[in-house]
Amino acid sequence: MTTATMTNTGVLDLSALSLREANETLQAATEGAFTIVNPGGRHAIACGLEHPVSVTIEGHTGYYCAGMNKNADVTIRGNAGTGLAENIMSGTVRVTGDASQAAGATGHGGLVVIEGNASARCGISMKGVDIVVGGNVGHMSAFMAQAGNLVVLGDAGEDLGDSIYEARLFVRGTVARLGTDCVEKEMRPEHLAFLADILKRAGMDADPRDFRRYGSARTLYHFKIDNAGAY
Amino acid sequence: MTDQSNPPPKAPPRTVPVKSATFDDVTLSEIRRAAATGIYDIRGGGAKRHLPHFDDLLFLGASMSRYPLEGYREKCGTEVVIGARHAKNPIILKTPITIAGMSFGSLSAQAKEALGRGANAAGTSTTTGDGGMTPEEREHSNLLVYQLLPSRYGMNPDDLRKADAIEVVVGQGAKPGGGGMLLGQKISERVAKMRTLPEGIDQRSACRHPDWTGPDDLEIKIQELREITGWRVPIYIKVGASRPYYDVALAVKAGADAVVLDGMQGGTAATQNVFIEHVGIPTLAAIRPAVQALKDLGMHRTVQLIVSGGIRNGADVAKALALGADAVSIGTAALVALGDNDPVWEDEYRALGTTAGAYDDWHEGNDPAGITTQNPALAARLDPVAAGRRLANYLNVMTLELQTIARACGKSHVLNLEPEDLVALTVEAAAMAGVPLAGTSWIPGRPD
Ligand SMILES: Cc1cc2nc3c(=O)[nH]c(=O)nc-3n(C[C@H](O)[C@H](O)[C@H](O)COP(=O)(O)O)c2cc1C
Repeated sequence: MTTATMTNTGVLDLSALSLREANETLQAATEGAFTIVNPGGRHAIACGLEHPVSVTIEGHTGYYCAGMNKNADVTIRGNAGTGLAENIMSGTVRVTGDASQAAGATGHGGLVVIEGNASARCGISMKGVDIVVGGNVGHMSAFMAQAGNLVVLGDAGEDLGDSIYEARLFVRGTVARLGTDCVEKEMRPEHLAFLADILKRAGMDADPRDFRRYGSARTLYHFKIDNAGAY
Repeated sequence: MTDQSNPPPKAPPRTVPVKSATFDDVTLSEIRRAAATGIYDIRGGGAKRHLPHFDDLLFLGASMSRYPLEGYREKCGTEVVIGARHAKNPIILKTPITIAGMSFGSLSAQAKEALGRGANAAGTSTTTGDGGMTPEEREHSNLLVYQLLPSRYGMNPDDLRKADAIEVVVGQGAKPGGGGMLLGQKISERVAKMRTLPEGIDQRSACRHPDWTGPDDLEIKIQELREITGWRVPIYIKVGASRPYYDVALAVKAGADAVVLDGMQGGTAATQNVFIEHVGIPTLAAIRPAVQALKDLGMHRTVQLIVSGGIRNGADVAKALALGADAVSIGTAALVALGDNDPVWEDEYRALGTTAGAYDDWHEGNDPAGITTQNPALAARLDPVAAGRRLANYLNVMTLELQTIARACGKSHVLNLEPEDLVALTVEAAAMAGVPLAGTSWIPGRPD
């Protein structure tokens, strides 16, 4: 990591710059604020950022926008394609519109906010990230989710939390069907407090008491013949 | 008095008891085990059944029409460059024998360190595995390939940027289409933490990647990995051998710098026995279709082919290269060089109900040799320095054997070995390897 501070505030126009040039600039900057215009649905925009820079993308992005983000604050003013903020470590990634499949997949930390809807497999294999979705999430969301929190203000599709480990799921609307080994759990004061805090950080207006909590029944934690039907 | 001409009546002669070839002892014992436990058999290692393999091929050597090279005097190069297609910093191997991906978790930290030490001494690379990169293995491996697996356990961008190459694992030869498993006995506190899972649970790794499905998606995924790593390091795609022609063609299309092709003899840390023995194709059968795909795309020697699954000696390496591979990878053999299944531990193998050479309960974590374990007392039995030295010796021997064969075939570089140098001992091997049956010009399945 470079010790010299590199501030480079400016506008990056993806109709003029190559993706590599834009990402190189963003990755090298150690602080500052950038705006990306004409993203044109390009893939892997603003991925691999390490430093606390702020990036606003004016328009729609393709796959893996802000992938593996660390420390940076990325806002997409539009919709995002597959794998938004996949494997995010820290920082914040926000989409004002909808996000496609596998948003926040395998994320280890940080916050992902999707103001619209998220498609299938939102939060798949999540490992500590917090994800807040203003609308609905598609089927198989939080599949094999290991840690972190998925907060859904709308409805959840089928097989929510299938084969879930220790992640916590909060849904305000309906759940079409819970996945294998995912069960409803009691809302305790600490969960309400957590929800109040994360909703505030996500800039969402909702009452924590309207949510239900889901998590692992932990019956699949050991291979047992009695579970054969569940696998 | 007895009458000598009239011996007493005896039982009539009987056929000796015959055991069924179909229901042999192993089969019967497995039926009884399944009936008693109600769960399939899980084990480590690769396919144990007899399969057409490199032993079914022979080199012809030089003769009237081919000059051999002088052993020890005329140079026979072994250096191989992997990943120059797109990467700014391709991997340069002094010997085309790499160490395959084996996770910390399945192996002890000491074993991982020993693999790094051995590989460094021989000038080759090691590979991480399911579970992420440990600081120890990074420190002890000059050339470290970082695996991106479906589970993404321990995956993080810092380690990605520390890697010398990235390997996207689509499949393994032992279990093409299967995910991973690491049973609770081996989920120590450290392993659990690295994988963000509770300690002591039976851990399942997904069989499909969470954020891409087909080769078109994978192409975009690879672009992301390159953007994160500044297009510096090579990106490999690893597939289990099943449909090698199409898988290799699609890997090239997805933008791979190199393809790792793992045959069904390839080892695993823990998989269902039925998977290991019945899914996938032998290493020998996989190489020619893979090479054909590269040739059809004009990519042979541009996208490197790294072959694994049952590589044991320099002859196996030479045969894989002659069939068109650029390098090989070893897992099981490397563990044996470290000390796995060594008869010095026979008493302990007996106590575990097995014997040296057959021990494959690597998932249980009780390895007497201290390699496939997370038990600190057992792991402490392996001295990483001495074990690394053994691995280095073994890699050097294999390289010398490879050169011996290449020189005998008149090649100044091991990559100059070619199918024309080979014949097959069996019709099956001739068909799979696409070389003539010895003493004939017949390649089964090929027009004259
Ligand atoms: C103990 C052990 C652990 C392994 N772990 C992984 C892994 O994490 N990821 C992977 O792609 N392959 C894994 N493999 C497979 C090896 O990378 C390699 O494909 C195989 O061992 C090659 O065949 P060989 O054992 O006959 O040399 C493992 C193999 C063994 C023996």
